[in-house]
Amino acid sequence: MGACGDCGSCNSAAVVAFPGSPAAPKTVAVIGPPNSGKTTLFNRLTGLRQKVANFPGVTVEQHTGIAQLPDGRSVQLIDLPGVYSLSPRSEDEQVAFDVLTGRRADTPKPEAVLLVLDSTNMARHLMLAAPILALGLPTLVILNMADDLHSRGGRVDLDKLSAELGAPVALISARRGEGVDQVFDFLAGAMTTPSPRQLPVLLDVPKCRQWAGHVGSQASYRAPAPPKWTRRLDAVFLHPVAGPLLFLGAVIAIFQTIFTVADPSKDAVDWLVQHSGNWVASVLPNGLFKSLLIDGVWTGVGSVVVFLPQVLLLFLFIGILEDSGYLARAALIADRTMAKVGLQGKSFIPLLSAYACAVPAIMSTRTIENKRDRIATILIAPFMTCSARLQVYTLVIAAFIPRRPLLGWLLSVRAAAMLGLYLLGFLAAVVTARLLKSSILKSGRTPFLLEMPSYRWPTLGSLGLRLIDRSKVFLRRAGTIILLVTVILWIMCNVPFSHGKPPEIADSLAGTIGRTIEPAIKPLGFNWKIGVGLITAVAARETIIATLGTIYGTDPESNKMGLQAALHRDLTPGGAVALLIFFAFAMQCISTIAVVRRETGGWKWPILQFTYMTVLAYVGALAAATLIR
Amino acid sequence: MQLSVNCDQPEPLPATLPVTLPVTLVDLRRGDAAILEGIDLPPDDARRLMELGFLPGTQITAGRSAPGGDPRVFQVDGSEIALRRETARRLTVHRKKTGRLERTPRA
Repeated sequence: MGACGDCGSCNSAAVVAFPGSPAAPKTVAVIGPPNSGKTTLFNRLTGLRQKVANFPGVTVEQHTGIAQLPDGRSVQLIDLPGVYSLSPRSEDEQVAFDVLTGRRADTPKPEAVLLVLDSTNMARHLMLAAPILALGLPTLVILNMADDLHSRGGRVDLDKLSAELGAPVALISARRGEGVDQVFDFLAGAMTTPSPRQLPVLLDVPKCRQWAGHVGSQASYRAPAPPKWTRRLDAVFLHPVAGPLLFLGAVIAIFQTIFTVADPSKDAVDWLVQHSGNWVASVLPNGLFKSLLIDGVWTGVGSVVVFLPQVLLLFLFIGILEDSGYLARAALIADRTMAKVGLQGKSFIPLLSAYACAVPAIMSTRTIENKRDRIATILIAPFMTCSARLQVYTLVIAAFIPRRPLLGWLLSVRAAAMLGLYLLGFLAAVVTARLLKSSILKSGRTPFLLEMPSYRWPTLGSLGLRLIDRSKVFLRRAGTIILLVTVILWIMCNVPFSHGKPPEIADSLAGTIGRTIEPAIKPLGFNWKIGVGLITAVAARETIIATLGTIYGTDPESNKMGLQAALHRDLTPGGAVALLIFFAFAMQCISTIAVVRRETGGWKWPILQFTYMTVLAYVGALAAATLIR
Repeated sequence: MQLSVNCDQPEPLPATLPVTLPVTLVDLRRGDAAILEGIDLPPDDARRLMELGFLPGTQITAGRSAPGGDPRVFQVDGSEIALRRETARRLTVHRKKTGRLERTPRA
């Protein structure tokens, strides 16, 4: 409108510009059925200004973010979980329902709604429009995936649809960014409450579907042709023989890549940390402060930061699996196996994402309607090998297992050892699930329903956004929990002073504590240094690396050795296996304990889980140390 | 169109009567299409299925399945939904007017 702003007789424009800006809403909810592209749109609108909510302590159940309007004002967006209707049956739908009706104390009641629907399946998705429009909040109906609709020969008359719904309609492609300006216009514009021509009886599903079909036909909606490529790909991925083989192949390829590609990148970061440390050391005067900074912080935090490329690679693979739509097929293939332990295919997706981190995985169990299935999934999720365990495994395996091929270029001994540890965690989860589901969490079966999304190319933008998100989380952890533990540990390694000088490491406070618990861990083949590492690892698993880095860095005997070499000197092979098994089973993660408490609403489950896992870890490690001498 | 939302098992018919076995989704092979008649599940579960498009009168086509035939993907109302055998068994369908299950070309 800027171009004809001073043209008084300009009456061709459809939108009338009011003097001054119309009032923009402060809070807007983004809602839609699962897989309609809500989060893609949310990320488009908020850019990188979103809060990383997948973290306990921030205590935000939904993603919230700030959308900056072109005129400089900002709107708070709430990304709600995907729902098919507003009659809440799962935790997920309860959250969405409570936010929309202003029943949540921690979230302001939204003043407007962005309803995101999949335009390729508009007739069915419009069913959700009925209860949303009935809320009476200003609503923009967004038909997403316009690119798919057009390329598969579908079409819709937007003006007629808008008239029928009594609300503005935008046809967009959030993935490509087409039409997103219309959403910004809505956010900036005057808000009117929707006035649909008619609404069905909301509780009557067949009536709602009839209404949606009627609205679609009034808007001359033509459904697109079935997705050709999805059918072709499913012929391969859901093939009775090729499907499971491809699934297995993909998993092995991911592990192998993490090892072969991540190693050089890790070395590069390691080199960077070492040399920057040396440079800082060379400009600082000798003394306690230099020791704290170099032996404590730099070595400690640095030994964790080197794992960033590897962790990002893992998240990249999981991101590709999720975004492409393959994960739903994997859940389908896995369902029968999950049924054998009393769980369902839906538990498979949280469990798979627990391979990255148990915290978001436990939050994603909200999609499981059956309460007992949900708690069982929460209880076994921390057994899945998360990216923090990956770091500990990598360190110990690299120190003890030679770099040799096992199956030619296909699989190395190290990758096989890693794969074995992943399997171990998975088996522990499966056995635990079986135990739980046949005892305290026995339940009737709820029907397993899983929607198969069309395959889509993962976009660089959305993958990049995930990786930036994860880097932030990773570095924040390194900069807060791990830094704090490292500094406290360094102090404990350097007190009490004797004759005005720091003590021998074994006589320091840390050493004293370590030697006090040594009798308990001696049978596992661990010395007091590992013991201190185990204590600090309760904060977060990877802290043990930083701890050992600090202890070995402070100890003049091992100061010049690398962490791997020092570890190799301190542990027998049996002790190394025991350490790996201990980490495979133990629940060493404050964030996970906190999120389990929040999601299960009390201390009962997290205490049970922590005790069970710790006992299992100790017994497993003891068995390994006794058997392997 | 009668929708039976019912959690009770139907009473077994006396053996002397001529028994016509009801056709359910389980009886469809890949590529078969049929019209949904009723859902014999608790109201909440039936409702969830209906929200996903499993409404009486809707055409359902059986698609691919996980190895072993369970769960199977069904094409319904423009989307593809996977159901376990135990759920599919509760969805009764009737053949289309020809009296035979109509076959749509395989993808």
